Amino acid sequence: MLDSSPDTFPKLALQNARRLSGKVAIREKHLGIWQSYTWSQYAEQARLIALGLAALGFARGDKTAVVGDNRPALYWAMLATQALGGVAVPLYQDSIEKEMEYIVDHAEARFAIVEDQEQVDKLLHVREQCPGLEYVIYDDPGGLRHYKDSCLLSLQELQERGRKFAEDRPGYFEQEVAKGAAEDTAVIAYTSGTTGQPKGAMLSHRNLIETARSAVSRERLDETEEVMAYLPMAWIGDHMFSFSQSMVAGFTTNCPESAETVLADLKEIGPTYFFAPPRIWENILTSVMIRVDDAARIKRGLVRFFLDLARRVERCRLGHRPIALRDRLLYPLGRLLVYGPLRDNLGMSRIRVAYTAGEAIGPELFEFYRSLGINVKQLYGMTESSALICIQQDGDVKLDTVGPPLPGVEVRVSPSGEVLYRSPGVFQGYYKNPEATRETLVEGWVHSGDAGFFDKDGHLKIIDRARDVGRLAGGTIFAPKYLENKLKFSPYIKEAVCVGDGRPFVAALLNIDLVSVGNWAERRGLAYTSYTDLAQKPEVYELIRQEVVRVNRSLLEDEALRGAQIRRFLLLHKELDPDDQEITRTRKVRRGFIGQKYAPLIEALYGTGDSVQVEAQVTYEDGRTATVRAAVRLGEAETFAVTGARA
Amino acid sequence: MREPTSPPPVASATPLLEVDEVSVRFGAIQALDRVSLEIGRGEIVAIIGPNGAGKTTLLNVISGFYHPTAGQIRFEGRDRTHLRPYDVAALGVARTFQNVALFKGMSVLDNIMTGRLLKMHGSFLWEALYWGPAMRQELAHREFVERIIDFLEIEAIRKAGAGTLPYGLQKRVELARALAAEPKLLLLDEPMAGMNVEEKEDMCRFVLGVNDEFGTTIALIEHDMSVVMDISDRVVALDYGRKIADGRPDEVRADQGVIDAYLGVSHA
Repeated sequence: MLDSSPDTFPKLALQNARRLSGKVAIREKHLGIWQSYTWSQYAEQARLIALGLAALGFARGDKTAVVGDNRPALYWAMLATQALGGVAVPLYQDSIEKEMEYIVDHAEARFAIVEDQEQVDKLLHVREQCPGLEYVIYDDPGGLRHYKDSCLLSLQELQERGRKFAEDRPGYFEQEVAKGAAEDTAVIAYTSGTTGQPKGAMLSHRNLIETARSAVSRERLDETEEVMAYLPMAWIGDHMFSFSQSMVAGFTTNCPESAETVLADLKEIGPTYFFAPPRIWENILTSVMIRVDDAARIKRGLVRFFLDLARRVERCRLGHRPIALRDRLLYPLGRLLVYGPLRDNLGMSRIRVAYTAGEAIGPELFEFYRSLGINVKQLYGMTESSALICIQQDGDVKLDTVGPPLPGVEVRVSPSGEVLYRSPGVFQGYYKNPEATRETLVEGWVHSGDAGFFDKDGHLKIIDRARDVGRLAGGTIFAPKYLENKLKFSPYIKEAVCVGDGRPFVAALLNIDLVSVGNWAERRGLAYTSYTDLAQKPEVYELIRQEVVRVNRSLLEDEALRGAQIRRFLLLHKELDPDDQEITRTRKVRRGFIGQKYAPLIEALYGTGDSVQVEAQVTYEDGRTATVRAAVRLGEAETFAVTGARA
Repeated sequence: MREPTSPPPVASATPLLEVDEVSVRFGAIQALDRVSLEIGRGEIVAIIGPNGAGKTTLLNVISGFYHPTAGQIRFEGRDRTHLRPYDVAALGVARTFQNVALFKGMSVLDNIMTGRLLKMHGSFLWEALYWGPAMRQELAHREFVERIIDFLEIEAIRKAGAGTLPYGLQKRVELARALAAEPKLLLLDEPMAGMNVEEKEDMCRFVLGVNDEFGTTIALIEHDMSVVMDISDRVVALDYGRKIADGRPDEVRADQGVIDAYLGVSHA
């Protein structure tokens, strides 16, 4: 049956509109109410947008930039673009103008479909540098009444033009959809890139649909799933979960009311399928623990007791060890009194499958959610693989691996330790960047740039970016990210950057977590005015020193890496910020940039003083810059030799 | 700065509000001394002046809270000098207060719903039964309130208790409640007082937005001159109960009388 497996997204959407016509495809909370759109409405909305674009002269192969929070209209806009044989280019909604200008120009986008005034303003500013950009279409007209630019059009007007356009050309949309082929580029996803300018990975309909199908069948997802679309649309993960898989399996995507309401909206929807990077899992846990700390003593005791119990049980389960009889008997009581209500409170009582990925997840965090009975698993993927490479299987979950490869994906480790893979999801190349494509895509194998290996059970384990693994002056292997992850597992440390390649010892630049350290300070009656002030308190240095020592001690267990313990550290005077290009929009550390920007601080760490003066440029969202001056302390931490004695 | 030359959007013969030779006296204190001013439809007018100049008294007279001892106030051309606050509100005048005056024990949503009170016309019985027209009416009001919540970006605190919110947000909720009454004239008593720069910028954006989206005429008392310069079409300066300047923001800022009033030149 040819018709049963459409090979492009527009064909899939039309099939869903027939097969699941009355089933809810996407919801959005607007004016306090969840507004639902069925699959037939989804397809109809996209059809009108497509016809409107056609009326404006959209040609096959044209690009549409899509910018904004997760909104149904923006998902429709991507589908509409693809229906006309065009390519959707989703952008990060918090991009500053310079970043937006680069991508809109590089992608040669003729059309931009955006959420609201904020994005319109940015695009109008960059338009002079992007001569190819002809139309900016907006969904929310708020504040745009007096904008007179001829390139501006509301989505409603666009759809109205589409309706008129279709009157003279019945069947135009269907003909255009039928022209689409599996190998057409569906999306150009710009990777935020830890080095240099972003690169646009071209993904075909086949790449995305085959990857989605393989994961949908592996996880047995069907049209009854509910997923929350709250991570940036420009990120390939959201594209895979909220667009590709939703389209393939026919399940419902839910768009939260605003970025601040995600947790409340989560509770109202109760998703069955959920993705969150470790950072978000952690925020949720922190908000729970703060409330637990504020609860009455009996309740607090009860929660602590049963959470400890659950953690013990989960550790046994993960390690495939027997569970003590007492714990086994008490666990159901815990489910009744604590785990069930807590899951319900988090909006996670219906979750069948949840993922964490992007960064390593802290053992305590991972155990916490699993011990509540939430099926959190790790996965590994990247933009170049249509988001998915490895996923842990139900019942075979480990703390420090990313599981075996998905069906149809081949993974091997190169002699130098780099992870290589080949799959139907492998991208078509970087847009207008054959050089980068040649470097990454060699004879069908993608060079992931990650260092890793397979464990004895066939699970892939990732330790660091391959190029970041270095050696200390003494020859010991130094894997900075491995150390940084261990540091960041502390609730008090938000970001960490470790240096040490070619140096006598390892040193760390740290960001404290303003919420948890702030709370800690409040409970101790420690007054502070700002992040900078708090970070430079001697008490806070002592707190963080203990965390660093804990990491050093835990490194003893690892034979290869025990030589790379952290001897000196400092707390940065400002938070690392994507606007300052110190971390990417997905919060990955840009090592080279930080090495240059904070060179005086790093030198001071390898010097003898106990503090250093700094001056830093900060960039505001509108592009203005300002200078911040501060004195930064330098801290010392104990290191351990194999016997456990101090070195 | 807003374009100083742009005329009020609606060309109407009578201004929205006319204050004509109004005086207010509390015992020996002359709080307002023969103050006259006009506020045109669609304007944003800032009222400035040193402490005790009579700014809040002027707002209180306009909103019917005080009655002038002399002079006349006309709203849409009709005399309404002696109306009570309830009737003034029914005419389409809403206000916020210098010290936030929310129902602290109620949710943000309920606080804003109280702003719709004058628009609700149901019998007590139907309301209590929450059935038929009463229900339809309630839903329509709720939708209107939700549009304001969306506009002021306070979705995340819809269900929060008003008293638990930080000050900047309480001010925003108070603005929301005033907007719920669909006022023709909105009086804001120091809407940015006690806010940090970011909160002030947000509030400026909302004040301009209210004026732009809903066409609401706004009179506000404000001390921060950069805010005044940025958002107002016209500035009225008071000192010791007398109007000492009335004009475009840049004119008033350059006015010697205003500068003297702020620097504290002695009044002979």
